[in-house]
Amino acid sequence: MSLKIVVLAKQVPDTRNVGPDAMTPQGTVNRAALPAIFNPEDLNALEQALRLKDQNPGSTIHILTMGPPRATEVIREGLYRGTDGGYLLTDRAFAGADTLATSYALSMAIRKIGVPDLIIGGRQAIDGDTAQVGPQVAQKLGLNQITYVTSIDEIKDGQITVTRHIDGGVERVQAPLPLLLTVNGDAAPCRPRNAKLVMKYKRAMAPMERPAEGLPYAEEYDKKPYLTVTQWGVADVDGDLEQCGLSGSPTKVKAVQNIVFKAKESKQLTAADADVESLVKELLDSHTIG
Amino acid sequence: MNNVFVYCEIDKTTVEEVSFELLTKGRKLANQLGVQLEAIVAGAGIKGHVEKEILSYGVDKLHVFDAEGLYPYTTKPQTDILVNLFKQEKPQICLMGATVIGRDLGPCVSSSLTSGLTADCTALEIGDYDDKKAGKHYDNLLYQIRPAFGGNIVATIVNPDHRPQMATVRSGVMKAEVVDPEYKGEVIYEDVAKFVPAEDYIVKVLERHVEKAKNNLKSSPIVVAGGYGVGSKEGFDLLRKLAEELHGEVGASRAAVDAGFCEHELQIGQTGVTVRPKVYFACGISGAIQHVAGMQESGIIISINTDPEAPINKIADYVITGSVEEVVPKLIKYYKENSK
Repeated sequence: MSLKIVVLAKQVPDTRNVGPDAMTPQGTVNRAALPAIFNPEDLNALEQALRLKDQNPGSTIHILTMGPPRATEVIREGLYRGTDGGYLLTDRAFAGADTLATSYALSMAIRKIGVPDLIIGGRQAIDGDTAQVGPQVAQKLGLNQITYVTSIDEIKDGQITVTRHIDGGVERVQAPLPLLLTVNGDAAPCRPRNAKLVMKYKRAMAPMERPAEGLPYAEEYDKKPYLTVTQWGVADVDGDLEQCGLSGSPTKVKAVQNIVFKAKESKQLTAADADVESLVKELLDSHTIG
Repeated sequence: MNNVFVYCEIDKTTVEEVSFELLTKGRKLANQLGVQLEAIVAGAGIKGHVEKEILSYGVDKLHVFDAEGLYPYTTKPQTDILVNLFKQEKPQICLMGATVIGRDLGPCVSSSLTSGLTADCTALEIGDYDDKKAGKHYDNLLYQIRPAFGGNIVATIVNPDHRPQMATVRSGVMKAEVVDPEYKGEVIYEDVAKFVPAEDYIVKVLERHVEKAKNNLKSSPIVVAGGYGVGSKEGFDLLRKLAEELHGEVGASRAAVDAGFCEHELQIGQTGVTVRPKVYFACGISGAIQHVAGMQESGIIISINTDPEAPINKIADYVITGSVEEVVPKLIKYYKENSK
């Protein structure tokens, strides 16, 4: 059977490679110092979608992402690997959203797209590590969900069977479509970009980023409609402003602290034999080890 | 009304340790707020197996949901239970484990009730909050404290206007303490059918394989942990040798796991295991707050790092400035020589 699939993806700052300039002297995050990347587990989710498309000819995949205009990059990365298109949700009114307001916006966009057979996202994003947006989108759409998926084993007669990670083990679970899945980082890694698709889509952009008329390549967008990525704001998805962004977020950040460890008086040692031996003896004498 | 609730997780007919840890924290929060502590447990065939132990953590009221289909856990029925019970009981706080189950269930409940949820908290406190923009003052909110942004900052989150205030906490972060083995609390056997419509038992668990944890990291008195500075898988073999010699366990920072030096089960920190060993060897670990959150209560911290300015050195009792490959073999050598 052919499947309609929406992949939820997020562009995130690469918090795994944080340098000393990641924080400003004022203690706020210096986003400019961190490269923006495709959230790693969302790439695992994309691979699962692409495999389903390979196995079920006629299937379509669209990436849905929310963020500033530059987040169109994740939609392009999808096109380079074989997706059919994407939707960029971008609007100042979406800014400052916590997980609940984010899932509200995403769920309204999915209603606008039309609820697909499968919604697949990464388990969590590395900038927040909450794992909340997937389940909250499912709840808002009234869909069933399976989280922590490591592989999709079979789709047959409208039923999907998956393997998922649980604490201390694995589980095989079956559920009817439509369904929302979140995919774990230990699922199959995402395939590389396809060179031909990179050539075809490298100038795919949201209308907001497109070159103005008269500038190089501006005329290409009239000839090649597939280069225009769908861009929606709050009004386009019939969003209620009260439920978007900061005002739609029940959680508020009371305080943010830059990390200052309480300094202990530590004993300074070198790697010299005498230092290491005296430490070992000290630990043995106090029965800390041994 | 407005009590503190804890969702208890079960494995067949036994309650998971993380739930006892949360009950202990929940009891303290309830005392501070002058309210009662209530607990929820849902499973199949649990009646008579779990009540007394749960109550012993100072639970004033326990809601038991016992029905075929509630074990193994699936999302919808348990969401129905919590959502419908909370609509009725209006708790001010709800705590659950930041386990696979808690992280699956929590967001569905919070989305359904439009309440705020903070994942993977490392501390919970009660305090006041001033919303300067709205000019409003709030008393006795739950401070949900967690490292954020890859562990580079610690954020305190509050939910001023929405109830319940929900938080998940990882296993091992809080300490479990029995209040009184004979604690007298009320037990209510709820009518599950009133909470869960039959059509919500739709996801089927076909098979389950659960293995006992491969390591004893959580309760080991000696932990030898490696970070990105260990440099390779082979470097971790060296740590394994030291751990074996000392009868300890090997742990790792997220950076080492992400780099593929060792398996994910070894990760210590906010999104991994929390440890409180007697001795903690931090080998080539710089000390992101996210990692420190999972080991700061260790008895003695020994940092081995080529960088004398590594943040972890500030909380270390001993700082050895040197490389892991130079220092660790010496530790092994002198331990062998002196311990006999």
